[in-house]
Amino acid sequence: MAFRQFGAAAAVSAALALTTPAHAVTEIQWWHAMTGGNNDIVNKLAEEFNASQSDYKVVPSYKGSYPDTMNAGIAAFRAGNAPHIMQVFEVGTATMMSAKGAIKPVYQLMKDAGEPFDPKAYLPTITGYYSTSKGDMLSFPFNSSSMVMWINKDELKKAGVTEIPKTWPEVFAAAKKLKAAGHDTCGFSNAWAPWAHIEQFSAWHNVPIGTKANGLDGFDTELKFNSPLHVKHLQNLVDLQKDKTYDYGGRTNTNEARFGSGECAIFLTSSGYYATAKGTAKFDFTSAPMPYYPDVAGAPQNSIIGGASLWVMGGKKPEEYKGVAKFFAFLSDTSRQAKLHQESGYLPITKAAYEKSIKDGFYEKNPTLQTPLKELTNKEPTENSRGLRFGNMVQMRDIWSEEIEAALAGKKSAKEALDAAVSRGNAMLRAFEKTAK
Amino acid sequence: MEKSTVFNNRLLPYLLLLPQLVITVVFFYWPASQAIWQSFLREDAFGLVSEYVGLENYQALFAQPEYYRSMLTTVIFSTLVAALSLSIALLFATQADKNLKAASAYKTLMIWPYAVAPAVAGVLWFFMFQPSLGMLARPLRGMGLDWNPLLNENHAMMLVVMASVWKQISYNFLFFLAGLQSIPKSVIEAGAIDGAGPMRRFWTIIFPLLSPTTFFLLVVNVVYVFFDTFGIIDAVTGGGPAGATTTMVYKVYADGRLGGDLGGSAAQSVVLMVIVIALTAIQFRYVERKVQY
Repeated sequence: MAFRQFGAAAAVSAALALTTPAHAVTEIQWWHAMTGGNNDIVNKLAEEFNASQSDYKVVPSYKGSYPDTMNAGIAAFRAGNAPHIMQVFEVGTATMMSAKGAIKPVYQLMKDAGEPFDPKAYLPTITGYYSTSKGDMLSFPFNSSSMVMWINKDELKKAGVTEIPKTWPEVFAAAKKLKAAGHDTCGFSNAWAPWAHIEQFSAWHNVPIGTKANGLDGFDTELKFNSPLHVKHLQNLVDLQKDKTYDYGGRTNTNEARFGSGECAIFLTSSGYYATAKGTAKFDFTSAPMPYYPDVAGAPQNSIIGGASLWVMGGKKPEEYKGVAKFFAFLSDTSRQAKLHQESGYLPITKAAYEKSIKDGFYEKNPTLQTPLKELTNKEPTENSRGLRFGNMVQMRDIWSEEIEAALAGKKSAKEALDAAVSRGNAMLRAFEKTAK
Repeated sequence: MEKSTVFNNRLLPYLLLLPQLVITVVFFYWPASQAIWQSFLREDAFGLVSEYVGLENYQALFAQPEYYRSMLTTVIFSTLVAALSLSIALLFATQADKNLKAASAYKTLMIWPYAVAPAVAGVLWFFMFQPSLGMLARPLRGMGLDWNPLLNENHAMMLVVMASVWKQISYNFLFFLAGLQSIPKSVIEAGAIDGAGPMRRFWTIIFPLLSPTTFFLLVVNVVYVFFDTFGIIDAVTGGGPAGATTTMVYKVYADGRLGGDLGGSAAQSVVLMVIVIALTAIQFRYVERKVQY
């Protein structure tokens, strides 16, 4: 019986093979780092694209975490079989950019392939991160997010905090009330410490992280985040850490669960946390813009993005590049972008998709998803808030984390820690500059 | 009398050695020589630009205060892990060597952790001791201990040591048990008849007879803590807080793989290789003298 079934299956597949069109389908390899629901979205996008035409076939493969995917791509490039499209997280941008022969810039790709491409159609705070100082788009933004403040409304109410805090002093006051009301292990916390307290903090207050527009205008940039404002902020955190009004949440997002469990009622992390919050939080929650210091002129400015973009690798055949270009055009389609945004919670990358979502009345039902967009478009970006681009950024963040941890553990003063983070970071930037000529 | 075999064919001995030699060359000498060569280069991550810089990578390395700190961390970490995993495994092995019911079940359970990949072991311990959610961290906090490996260096070090020891006990246990079982019962019985108590029998008879195993395990464990623990450290602490659990091998991993600094990372592996070769040489030169085969 089993054999008969096998025979039938073999006959059917043989028949299918015979009816397959004679012309060769060009395969496009897409390496990505998306898990769970986002992995499904990636696969669905590829399926839809493959069904929409018959010349190209996009083959997505999951390659592990962001650093794993990037390293797999780099290793594959060195071995001469890189994928066509590689998803790289935002901090890998400088490394990818400096690898001139290894990548094919997206603006070039679209021009060569003759695909319609208007860089102005994309949200500037998103594409700015992935463009040269001249505005040429180097990689294609895929999943973008920003940092927001997640609020447990039930707990705030219980602690007698009637309004969602807007400024840092208000957050500190609310955290003290929360602590008094029984949250004795955590008044407020955050994930991604350096992203929150250095990168986003600087952009939001319109102060430089580094010179040369935070490195966007050249690799000869120098770090600047040991200003009195930064020191003051870190000192505030250090003081509050002593009695856990603030409790350090680590370098990555593993402690996001402390918000979902109700332990921390105020928690700063990525807007991409939305899907998880929706699934795990058994209380009324919302997101609010990041807090700011009201005595800083011009604050709040605008936030910067996180997430990842798609890089096209170099050295492929023109025919394959044409397929990649078609795929990117497919991804940019307004209704597809709007749908992608509304389903995944990632930011829409085109202005039209954002406007369509407003028109659809999407944000009236889902105000939490508009918070990061409001932050990003809060003001016209400045030199300090367009984005950032530092070489060796993955490791740089680790160094910054180390110094923040040293300050919070009381081993160094806030000033000493930030000075050390800046000087160690600068040493890395100089090393990177030498390889990135 | 020496045991020896006389080969009439001149080629045959080399032929018999060949498979092992090929493996050693391909998996050790070739990558090691690559690392040495790479430590003199400055390369970008993609290998597009490669420039000979002489000893610059080494100079940069020894100018970093963090590198000396990672050396100190390595000494503390490896001493703790090797000492604890060897002594605990020896204790367990002596206990399992007694006439017990279901001894084979105990033995199997003892060996299980060895099958767990380092990173998985790390994640396991990370979750158990995660300050606010971990099932073992909550009681600790409940008892009033401010358990916080995210900021407290000693807590973080304890955590990686525990995870690494737990992982290595199985291996050591296995060898100690085999060693114990190969000690002739008659020797121990003779000691007992002469009136030596269990402790005396252990220290004067069993422990010396076990010395070849102990010596072998010492070498293997030193290699383990120096090279194989970065997966655990990466999963448990990521080298933090503030670099307190960044050992030399973790720094090689962090700088090379996460940082893309292949030259600097290669220089560190060369230094590490020299240290481990020296340590092993010292062990064979001085410790082995005390071993009774």
